[in-house]
Amino acid sequence: MTSIRHFPATHPLPDWRNFGVMLRVLLGVNAMALAAALIQAPEPAGWVARYVEMAALVEPLLLLALGLLAALRDVLRKLPLRLGQLVVVMLVAGLAFAQNSFWQSLGFGDGANALRPMLLAMAATVVLLRYFELRARAFSPAQSEARLAALNARIRPHFLFNSLNAVLSLIRARPQQAEAALESLSDLFRAAMRDPGELVSLADEIALGKQYLELEKLRLGERLTVDWQIGAVFMEQPIPPLMLQPLLENAVYHGIEPAPEGGTLRVSITQRGDELHIAIANPTVAHARHAAGNHIAVANIRERLALYYDLEARLEIDAGKQTYEVRIILPCRMTSR
Amino acid sequence: MPHDKPLKILLVDDEPLARTRLRELLGDIAIQFATEVVGEAGNGLAALDFLRQHPVDVVLADIRMPGMDGIELAGHLGACEKPPAVIFTTAYDNYAVQAFDLNALDYLLKPVRTQRLLTALQKVAAAPHPDPAVLAGIGQAVRGGGRTHLSCHERGRLLLVPVAEVLYFKADLKYVTARTVEREYLLDEALTHLESEYADRFMRLHRAVLVAKSALAGFEKAAGDDVDAYGWALLRGVPDKLPVSRRQWAPAKAALTG
Repeated sequence: MTSIRHFPATHPLPDWRNFGVMLRVLLGVNAMALAAALIQAPEPAGWVARYVEMAALVEPLLLLALGLLAALRDVLRKLPLRLGQLVVVMLVAGLAFAQNSFWQSLGFGDGANALRPMLLAMAATVVLLRYFELRARAFSPAQSEARLAALNARIRPHFLFNSLNAVLSLIRARPQQAEAALESLSDLFRAAMRDPGELVSLADEIALGKQYLELEKLRLGERLTVDWQIGAVFMEQPIPPLMLQPLLENAVYHGIEPAPEGGTLRVSITQRGDELHIAIANPTVAHARHAAGNHIAVANIRERLALYYDLEARLEIDAGKQTYEVRIILPCRMTSR
Repeated sequence: MPHDKPLKILLVDDEPLARTRLRELLGDIAIQFATEVVGEAGNGLAALDFLRQHPVDVVLADIRMPGMDGIELAGHLGACEKPPAVIFTTAYDNYAVQAFDLNALDYLLKPVRTQRLLTALQKVAAAPHPDPAVLAGIGQAVRGGGRTHLSCHERGRLLLVPVAEVLYFKADLKYVTARTVEREYLLDEALTHLESEYADRFMRLHRAVLVAKSALAGFEKAAGDDVDAYGWALLRGVPDKLPVSRRQWAPAKAALTG
């Protein structure tokens, strides 16, 4: 099983292959170039032209540097932090020097030496590295908080005590069913107490969700029906733990429990291109009393998705009159790392 | 205190296994304390339905149930003349439990312990009739109202009026009437109390009228010499016209378009 000790966003050296990181670098550098153009331009009207002129120098360097860093990501992350950052700065400086020499050799440029572009590129790199380091630091406590919140959202006391009560009532009449229920309950708790940095396989997460729903069926009886629609997906694909189960719990809590006649949950897991779509839909119950609590679980998952995938994953909510649907869209990592 | 006949018990819980568990426990303590489970119900509405035909001594009621929960059930029982004793059961409801303690109402935490169940039943046998006012007020104490149904007593029978079906409330002298598409009900309620309990669903049109926002169909201006109302509200489903005061005219029109 794949295990990654750190969330990408919490490593002080960013994951250069991540779309969110690339976007931040591109926007950051261009914002700096724009600011420089504004400062340099002799009059207000000239700054656009100045910026375009500057972009011709900045963009190729930027793209080259990003490509190189993406290729070297794993090597860089193995180095001690400060050394890794220094190597990144030197790489950018080297690229700036090379680009300057290339332009000079083509006869462009004003014959000035490479020191100025090199220093500017290095300064921009230092600023961005510092930004990513601070961002990682800001996220680290969020990770432990997210874990706590996950724990709290996980073990809804109402669910725990009602399940134990249901098991107690099974012991005399149907001891084997009681045993199976206790085993499921302990699996659920083991999952809830697992290190949130560890990835689990999609198959395991689905199995956990099914165990959870079996427990709910014990309590709710015929009021709960579940319609699983699992398409052709790569079952061994690693995903962050406890993505599915909290949403199932929410769906039962808000969509089935408050309805006297119960209802059907629809769970669909499909692969579309290089995206994994997980959708959970429950019937909307009018005047359901317990409205709070829903946002905690959803906010928690959203935060963990951001920690894990930055901008590459998303969570969508479709609150209709008849059904309430939550969709998680994850990038597919078909190959195990 | 000795009792000759076994206590008649109604079990109310939406989870069948939870009812089974209580039956088992009552069987376990049968030697010390004789009881007879006369019925089971899956929510408050079904329980009230059952109780119309079958009087019982004790209702064991879960707090959270779909349709009508245990708290609201207790409130409607409190409106009866001789309500049965109510013992709440709950897996985990901090607020409710605090309110029960304050109001000296008995409750059992699930999973229920045999000894606790026995103690609770012995207490009931010692003081068989609960204070109706406490039961009637418990909903207010736990969550400030929010009942799904209102009670209406007609010729000694308890009728339940689903709030969702009420088009308007109207105060006449000392009574409040609730109008649904089918008929009118006389309630023992105060209009101001209803207004604050259902602030999101009903709005005031006039000193003596609350209307369901969803029932509003349109408005018409009153004739100039009409002293009762500044205008009239028209409703969906019924031909009744409701008076609108000058002060509520603009907010009422806004509620219809919004």
